[in-house]
Amino acid sequence: MASMIESPLAHLSPEEIEAIGREFDAIHDEVFAELGDRDRRYIKSMIELQRRLAVLGRALLVVSRFPPACVAGTAALSMAKILENMEIGHNVLHGQWDWMNDPQIHSSTWDWDTASTAESWKHSHNYIHHTYTNIRGKDKDLGYEIMRIDPHQPWHPVYLLQPFYNVLLMALFEWGVAFHDLDLDAVRSGEKDKKQVLKELKGIWGKARRQIVKDYVAFPLLSGRRWKTTLLANATANVVRNVWAHAIIFCGHFPDQTYTFAQEEAADETKGAWYVRQLVGAANIDGGPLFHVISGNLGYQVEHHLFPDMPSTRYGEIAPRVRQICERYGLPYNSGPLGRQWGSVHRTIARLAFPGGEPRPKPGPYRGDEVRGEGELAPAAVASNGASSGNGATGRSNHEVRPSAAS
Amino acid sequence: MAERGAPPQVHPVQRRVLHAMRAFFTPLLPDDYLELVNPLWSTRELRGRIERIDHETADAVTITIRPGYAWEGHRPGQYLRIGVVVDGVHHWRAYSLTSDPGRPDGFISVTPKLYDPGVVSPYLVKHAKPGMLVRLGGVEGAFTLPDPPPAKALFVSAGSGITPIMSMLRCLAREDALDDVVHLHSARTPGDVIFGERLRELDARHPGFRLHERHTASEGRMTPDELEELCPDWREREAFLCGPAEMLDALTKRWERDGDCDRLHLERFQPIIGGEGSEGEGGTIRFARSDVDAEAGAGQPILVAGEEAGLELPFGCRMGVCHTCIGRLCSGKLRDLRSGQVATPQEGEMVRTCIHAPEGAVTIEL
Ligand SMILES: Cc1cc2nc3c(=O)[nH]c(=O)nc-3n(C[C@H](O)[C@H](O)[C@H](O)COP(=O)(O)OP(=O)(O)OC[C@H]3O[C@@H](n4cnc5c(N)ncnc54)[C@H](O)[C@@H]3O)c2cc1C
Ligand code: FES
Repeated sequence: MASMIESPLAHLSPEEIEAIGREFDAIHDEVFAELGDRDRRYIKSMIELQRRLAVLGRALLVVSRFPPACVAGTAALSMAKILENMEIGHNVLHGQWDWMNDPQIHSSTWDWDTASTAESWKHSHNYIHHTYTNIRGKDKDLGYEIMRIDPHQPWHPVYLLQPFYNVLLMALFEWGVAFHDLDLDAVRSGEKDKKQVLKELKGIWGKARRQIVKDYVAFPLLSGRRWKTTLLANATANVVRNVWAHAIIFCGHFPDQTYTFAQEEAADETKGAWYVRQLVGAANIDGGPLFHVISGNLGYQVEHHLFPDMPSTRYGEIAPRVRQICERYGLPYNSGPLGRQWGSVHRTIARLAFPGGEPRPKPGPYRGDEVRGEGELAPAAVASNGASSGNGATGRSNHEVRPSAAS
Repeated sequence: MAERGAPPQVHPVQRRVLHAMRAFFTPLLPDDYLELVNPLWSTRELRGRIERIDHETADAVTITIRPGYAWEGHRPGQYLRIGVVVDGVHHWRAYSLTSDPGRPDGFISVTPKLYDPGVVSPYLVKHAKPGMLVRLGGVEGAFTLPDPPPAKALFVSAGSGITPIMSMLRCLAREDALDDVVHLHSARTPGDVIFGERLRELDARHPGFRLHERHTASEGRMTPDELEELCPDWREREAFLCGPAEMLDALTKRWERDGDCDRLHLERFQPIIGGEGSEGEGGTIRFARSDVDAEAGAGQPILVAGEEAGLELPFGCRMGVCHTCIGRLCSGKLRDLRSGQVATPQEGEMVRTCIHAPEGAVTIEL
């Protein structure tokens, strides 16, 4: 379907797009030339912290009889699982730490504590999603083939149920992701052969079996008479991790601010245009340093999409330069607090369960930094639509829609 | 996968116990947690801790290493690949073992000499400290003493080329087999002779060992013709040569002219890479795992050349972003097609085939 809203790319000349490409390339090269001990120390100590937390959590659950200790154990284990998935697993599998040439902390050898095999994740996420980001019909993460998350997607009665199965997806996110990686649509259309699917299913089964044995058999057995507490705690930790990952990941591309693209819009695009598409197809979440660590620095989704293979710790450092580029070229820089981003995602899921809908109003060009409470610089120009339900509104196809309150 | 240490000699019972405990650690291994307690306990790769550092000359040190598990042994003259982390990046280099394989404490030693513009030797010579960790690769090399040792031997070395020979001499001395050995060694000054004191001591103590030191700063370099004079019976000796490329090339020619090349053994510290005319763009790519050779034209990525040769190679974005296409480079020079820069990546480094073209002959494990 042709786009209902014009992307910011339409306002840039080919020369400007090329210049943007050069500027982003320069940031990338500068950071990569600088990587060294400091970065290695960070990821090594993050991994160590995560393992110590996991040991602490498991030990508290296995040996302790005291209820507050069980709560502490569950909390430690949940946090360990979150760090393992987000700041460590996701980022290592992106190849962010491959430059260290470390035989263990390497995208070709790493495996993570989820139902997805590293192999199929790298294909569906690193390649498909990060290359075709927000291109309708190509980026399979746009609604994960089960949800209508963009008004351009045709409606089907099954979507009436999406607000409900979305809740289920939150709790079981890792399983949803694993089956999503199988890409059953591609099997139906014949793009993917059955043998490959079978191989991947086997992989998921292997990972699932080992995770289930660990969390629901081995550790409960080790706890003896208190096996029930341990089992419950392990299940809780898995669900906490799933809900958190779901929240952060849904806030990466589905808040109101982001753009999606028709396949024609992205055909034959240059590196510069690719950068711009990544820039406006993602949205950040504002937060302090602790928030960014436990979200795997995906609060810097914009920077992550510009440079998926850059060590995550560098995203916060380059963010001011990315914002400067946005300001100079009149491009939006999507960001907002977690509550607002999450709210707008779930409003869209509810609205688009029904037929129709239009793209939400977009923020205009980024207008410079304003100093926030925590000393974190945050974008000034973000859409805040208040109570108006923009999905039904018309005449908003201009990309420079300004927030009504601010204009 | 990046290069890792050799598999250590772990007791089978320990292996079995660790294996049985895997269910508690998946997708990690018990190893990943044991390492937190002591990194030497890794059962996946052999590591070692630096025990001592002894200064041999102004720019060479001997590093004594305690291996994490029992040392599997080596033959005198062999070398070891050592992995160290310099500014966050793992680098691997070969160093001849300078220790006697029969050392009672089970320690090993290597003796790096400073090559100032380099990466690893400055780190080992200037920054390494006792207590630091190194990774120990497999023991390799055919430059070894035959067993039983030859009746008459000739060693010719220069600079750091003394290192594999030192291991041989130590072994011969321990077995009391220094019966008829001539050693011609070159260094800039007497103070620059690595292991100088020990060599002179051996010379004084063993009548069957004759050391000839050549100090090139005052006496100039040794020429192959001087061989006649310094060791007239060189043709009858089993010869072991280690030193700079020019010295090895010149001496090899001498042996080819009127010596017995079967009795000539060489060790090169800078193996010859690439063929003639390596400035030319493009080159031959050897895909080692697929057992296929491909020709790449100017500026053609390895990935494309492989595909044109009929290979099915992994790829994703084809623009250097996703790292799906990586393969382990065994040898050769590469041109980064994004920047045009030509570099010799580390042996064993993972490289992205979609953005690199060969410069001359390369071998990749794909
Ligand atoms: C079988 C084997 C055994 C070896 N044993 C020893 C040993 O016992 N002691 C020892 O000191 N070294 C030994 N080396 C050499 C060692 O592996 C390293 O090459 C050396 O320490 C330099 O490493 P680097 O990281 O400092 O330099 P690099 O960063 O690797 O150097 C950069 C470039 O300089 C070139 N280069 C390296 N050294 C020299 C040199 N001396 N002169 C001119 N160009 C050079 C390299 O080819 C490379 O292209 C051995 C090498 C081999 C193959
Ligand atoms: S194919 Fe994606 S980095 Fe090479």
